[in-house]
Amino acid sequence: MAGFQVFNRTTGDDFICQEGQSVLKAMEQRGLKCVPVGCRGGGCGFCKIRVLEGHFECGKMSKRHAPPEAVEKGEVLACRIYPLTDLVIECVPLPEAALAKQTTNR
Amino acid sequence: MKKGVMRPGHVQIRVLDMDEAVKHYTDLMGLIETDRDDQGRVYLKAWTEVDKFSVVLREADEPGCDFMGFKVLDEEVLVQLEKDLVDYGVEVEQVPAEELKDCGRRVRFTVPSGHAFELYADKLYTGKWGLSSVNPEAWPRGLQGMKAVRFDHCLFYGPELAATYDIFVSVLGFDLAEQVLDPEGTRVAQFLTVSMKEHDIAFIHHEEKGKFHHASFHLETWEDVLRAADLITMTDTSIDIGPTRHGLTHGKTIYFFDPSGNRNEVFCGGDYFYPDHKPVTWKTEELGKAIFYHDRTLNERFMTVLT
Ligand code: FES
Ligand SMILES: [Fe+2]
Repeated sequence: MAGFQVFNRTTGDDFICQEGQSVLKAMEQRGLKCVPVGCRGGGCGFCKIRVLEGHFECGKMSKRHAPPEAVEKGEVLACRIYPLTDLVIECVPLPEAALAKQTTNR
Repeated sequence: MKKGVMRPGHVQIRVLDMDEAVKHYTDLMGLIETDRDDQGRVYLKAWTEVDKFSVVLREADEPGCDFMGFKVLDEEVLVQLEKDLVDYGVEVEQVPAEELKDCGRRVRFTVPSGHAFELYADKLYTGKWGLSSVNPEAWPRGLQGMKAVRFDHCLFYGPELAATYDIFVSVLGFDLAEQVLDPEGTRVAQFLTVSMKEHDIAFIHHEEKGKFHHASFHLETWEDVLRAADLITMTDTSIDIGPTRHGLTHGKTIYFFDPSGNRNEVFCGGDYFYPDHKPVTWKTEELGKAIFYHDRTLNERFMTVLT
């Protein structure tokens, strides 16, 4: 079958991502929720993941949420990466989102 | 009390990819491109607007909002409000005429929530797009997509709502139309107006300064909102939530994202405001219903996904 296997090491979920499809979109299509979904446009940083294994292409991402140093280390936005091989990913905690949550629960 | 601020005039939005953004704001939302400048910025307007532009797109490596501008009655008002801001202790910056094409001088200032605003009195009057000002037809042909009627308001997230409120209400003459109060009585959301609209600008409390929640555009009917939803699906555009209704303002709405992750809203209806109206209050205990009247649950993405 065409496409690449994406395995989320944090949650144990795996799903197929078609060529040219973003990892986040592939996950959503399978009805999975193992990566948080925000704007789907590389702008909000909500879908940040770490790619542990495999190769991918990147679309445009907000420099604030995916600065070059982080991208080097495989810390990217799932809505803007397109696999070239099978991938192993893990979730990255969201300091900003956690902060906002605290505020609204006050 | 009114101090001569008339209405929202423009918003400058940062986008990651200009071509994708222009396609989104024109083909999908129905704004009209009116100009470009040598910085590469693109100027857009909605068809009922009488001035040359209301949305300016700027390509940058981080999306979000650079500033929102309000049009004031005339130069005399601009001079007075500038003085009032300075007297109040607000630092103002002069932006010369023509920094934005065909726009007069702007007075820029940053409020304690971390957002930049501008006041200006002059912008090139080009009239409603595609219509004569004499015996006009009902609407122009050739509009695209959602056929957005006008740029309506923005919602910003940031801290220090009380200090921000003071500038808008005491200095600039906005009124508080709606608010959300927490159990201690602290205002955690404020919807401010200078018109008959339920809000011309809104703020929601958030720890981080200067965050952009959405820019909103007016549509005429619920049917138009439904049609907007259809177009969002047809173009595989990133949807947030809707069509639904807000508790706050009671507007009928749909939220979606531009290709850089900035949130947009198109909406219709909602309450109206006269200066003798007392503020409408929602309590944080009912925040879910206040924001999305049908779902009645707190929507994580609404509260935390920002640019
Ligand atoms: S969902 Fe917003 S950056 Fe990916
Ligand atoms: Fe809105």
